[in-house]
Amino acid sequence: MADDLERAEIIVTEVHKKINDAFEVFDHDLNKTVDVREIGAIVRSLGCFPTEAELLDIIDERPPNVLLLKVEEPSGFICFERFLPTMSKILMEHKFRPIPEDMLLTAFEVLDRQKKGHLEPDELTDYMRQGNEPFTHLEMEEMLSSAVDPDSNLIYYKDFVNTMVLDGER
Amino acid sequence: MGCGVSKSNRFQKRDNKAIKAAVLIQHWYRQYVARMEMKRRYTWHIFQSLEYSGEQAQIKLYNFLGYLMDNFTPSSNERNLISHFFRENEVCRDSEWERFFCYKNIKVPEIYSGPRLTFPLTVEQGSSLVDAFRNKRQLHSRFVLQLLLETWRLLRRFPNISRISTCQSKEITICGDLHGQLEDLLLIFYKNGMPSMERPYVFNGDFVDRGEDSIEILLILFSFLLLYPNDVHLNRGNHEDHIVNLRYGFTKEVLTKYKMHGKRILKLLQKIFSWLPLATVIDQKVLVLHGGISDTTDLSVLARVDRHKYVSALRPPKKRLPSTASMSVDLEEDAWRSGRRRSSSSSLPKPLTRGSFQSSSLPDFSDRVQLPVEEQLEAQQRLLALHSSAGGATPATSPSQDSQEGGDDTQEEWKQILDLLWSDPMTQDGCVPNEVRGGGCYWGPDVTEDFLSRHHMLLIIRSHECKQEGYEFCHNRKVLTLFSASNYYDVGSNRGAYVKLGPDLVPYVIQYQASSMTRELTFRQRVGQTEHSALRLLKKQLFSHKSDLICAFQDLDKENTGLVSLKDWAMAVERVMHLGLPWRMLRFQLVSCRNRDGSVDYLQWFTELAIQEPNMDHIEKSLLEMLYRHRSTLETIFRIVDTDNSGVINMEDFRQTWKLLSIYLKMEFTEEAISDLAVAIDSNQDGSIDIQEFMEAFRLTDKKSRLERGRSMFMGTAPDLTRLHPGDPDLTRLHPGDPDLTRLDPGDPDLTRLDPGDPDLTRLHPGDPDLTRLETGDPNLTRLHPGDPDLTRLHPGDPDLTRLDPGDPDLTRLETGDPDLTRLETGDPDLTRLETGDPDLTRLDPGDPDV
Repeated sequence: MADDLERAEIIVTEVHKKINDAFEVFDHDLNKTVDVREIGAIVRSLGCFPTEAELLDIIDERPPNVLLLKVEEPSGFICFERFLPTMSKILMEHKFRPIPEDMLLTAFEVLDRQKKGHLEPDELTDYMRQGNEPFTHLEMEEMLSSAVDPDSNLIYYKDFVNTMVLDGER
Repeated sequence: MGCGVSKSNRFQKRDNKAIKAAVLIQHWYRQYVARMEMKRRYTWHIFQSLEYSGEQAQIKLYNFLGYLMDNFTPSSNERNLISHFFRENEVCRDSEWERFFCYKNIKVPEIYSGPRLTFPLTVEQGSSLVDAFRNKRQLHSRFVLQLLLETWRLLRRFPNISRISTCQSKEITICGDLHGQLEDLLLIFYKNGMPSMERPYVFNGDFVDRGEDSIEILLILFSFLLLYPNDVHLNRGNHEDHIVNLRYGFTKEVLTKYKMHGKRILKLLQKIFSWLPLATVIDQKVLVLHGGISDTTDLSVLARVDRHKYVSALRPPKKRLPSTASMSVDLEEDAWRSGRRRSSSSSLPKPLTRGSFQSSSLPDFSDRVQLPVEEQLEAQQRLLALHSSAGGATPATSPSQDSQEGGDDTQEEWKQILDLLWSDPMTQDGCVPNEVRGGGCYWGPDVTEDFLSRHHMLLIIRSHECKQEGYEFCHNRKVLTLFSASNYYDVGSNRGAYVKLGPDLVPYVIQYQASSMTRELTFRQRVGQTEHSALRLLKKQLFSHKSDLICAFQDLDKENTGLVSLKDWAMAVERVMHLGLPWRMLRFQLVSCRNRDGSVDYLQWFTELAIQEPNMDHIEKSLLEMLYRHRSTLETIFRIVDTDNSGVINMEDFRQTWKLLSIYLKMEFTEEAISDLAVAIDSNQDGSIDIQEFMEAFRLTDKKSRLERGRSMFMGTAPDLTRLHPGDPDLTRLHPGDPDLTRLDPGDPDLTRLDPGDPDLTRLHPGDPDLTRLETGDPNLTRLHPGDPDLTRLHPGDPDLTRLDPGDPDLTRLETGDPDLTRLETGDPDLTRLETGDPDLTRLDPGDPDV
């Protein structure tokens, strides 16, 4: 029993450290706050796959008066003390679990109806504009800039999936 | 019929499946982008931490040398070695200076093909200088000295704070740090136009160091200053300081480029730097200065200081009144000592040490520097004598108090200048010493607010910090940081920016990136590449702390297993490195082979860092490591010891340097070890050491620079690169905006937020001010008419130029050999610019005046 408790404590400390590390990277002034707009990058870089809507929920989970520690520009800052419990809960409960890589490849194969092994940029753009949270112009351009093979002007999605997986690994 | 329904159902089903797949990909992609962003951020952290820790080391060294000066007997060897370095405040008649810098006896050889200057300078000469530097030519030292002398004469007439005003037709352009990156300056001139009466400029300091063309930048800026003294304004930066230049490359650059007269040029530049104005105020509302402010910054004080006394801003000037000279020195020392005592005995937090940054960033050296007994006695006696004389005077105002106050004044003035040159803003309220850089302070939004209201101002524009976007607003948009050296840390690391300010005083920011390399890279490649070079730098740093790190690991590895947990690894690394980096985050990049339980084999780890040491088997390991680690410090001391700036020091001075270093680092070096070092380098046994050679011999390199090879391969195979005009602006910014913007009318202020290339801009009319923001190659420019002022921004070779008529003034900007010149007709005045042998001349008729 005591052993279990100890183990649980170790896990919690590990989770807290992990969150702290990710948070620190975005805490420019080392004052335990980050810009609200960076929360998405922090949550996701911790291996979570929330939707945009879920992200907003995470941010809104704090009482509004605490959320806006200091209003500077049209944004706000989020302080670590408020972020830690929310994020710990997410990690401990394994919310927003990662989507396995093979599913990513399968998803591209679904879009490639004729099974050519590649997609046209327009095709991909059409698809990425679908769903409840379509890509913005910026996201689309960014994605195409790294996905399109410059010689053929096609997206060889198998390669693209590989780079996405490899670059993020380690 | 039924068949049709089932078919459409099937489509529906398939579509649903496709949308699900699309959503999954969106999800994945956003996660991926977040991870890349994370990388980009910590890469930035690494670069910045390493940069600032270098600055700290520089200031520490300087304080140490200052301490030596104050505490050694005048005749001691160590002091002799460095004393010339502090003899900078010599009062010298200006006429003597002029004689010293006389250029008239320097002959310019017949074959010299670079620009020739006459004074007063002409506009043509100014632009020919820019052209020459663009083509990698050098200005002859005679003209350099002449130009510098003229600049010095002019600068002395300027007040400490330049006060200028905007006017409708003249927007003021403000540029931040350039750091010797000529490409950036040329790009700014290209995009924005050269300085002129119609196009005033403020250059906000840090013109030199780090980049390769610092002297060229200075010469260009100075020649425009001479041409337009009322329209070009230069503010001093923390790198306009000869002591900082010793470490960051400007000294080396000048000595390499001007072998004969480099020393005189440097000396004259020392003077010039001390005469650079400190700040510029625009319309009495916008303050432009290099670093920033503190809670004590007062423009009326700054306006009064004798700025030229601060040849280096790193040290307060000493009083020079002959009658009290010795006394005031003693007093100053005494005040300093008591200050140190206060700060070391007190347990109060850091802000107390503020005001004597020398003492706060200076560790106690007294245990390292053993004062000779006689000297200590002598010092005590002098102090005693002083006190007894003070006691004999009237108690109300003792002379010692008086001079103490005098000292405070100087101290106060000095602090004002130091804060102005070295400070950075922070998000919290308050004002604390800038421990990270080792000089100046951090100031908060409340300090900004207070300063602006006290001075009835609106905005502070400052530079001094590299920003990824080239600029950044903070303190509720009351402070704007502006940095004009793009790719500062590495290709693709950051953009540069400049600001235009009109009568409305709303800063309009223009961003750019000078290297044509960057556009070829996708965001992902760019992040990957900068990350690699940051990690490479960091790995070298780690390697150079090898023995300290191993000690720290062994401390934690009580059972001597050779393993430490990741947690302990991160702790030990930070304890040794003090870089404040997110080590746990970086562990995946820095430690690749880990045991299954996550522990690190630390001895194995050093092999894994893949750092190649120079082959120096016979030299003591500890000495080598010291060399790697304190490389810049050592080089700085060498450059100080090299009194005559020859780049070569003799054996005796070499030994003395090591003595200094051993005191500084609290390390013992045996005579033998030092001799070994000397022998290793002095291969021709002539008894002297080439500084450059010495530093090169002890450099750490990568074992496998696969990445570098990959990069040069990339540069070689990109076929487009050869076709690009040098200084072609980077087009990576071309992102179409949000679809919602299509609903805006031309003239809507929101359109100003659009990037060039945005399809929404196609709705603009020729002559629309938003068009001025378009970059060359933008399809929207094809809609402009010949003669449109926006066309002046086109590159030579731009297809849009084909629409211009011969005789169009814009054609004058074309370079010889430009295909557009083939359209010119014989007799066209532009042809007079062609050089002999130009293929275009073949089209001319014999008898043509151009032939």
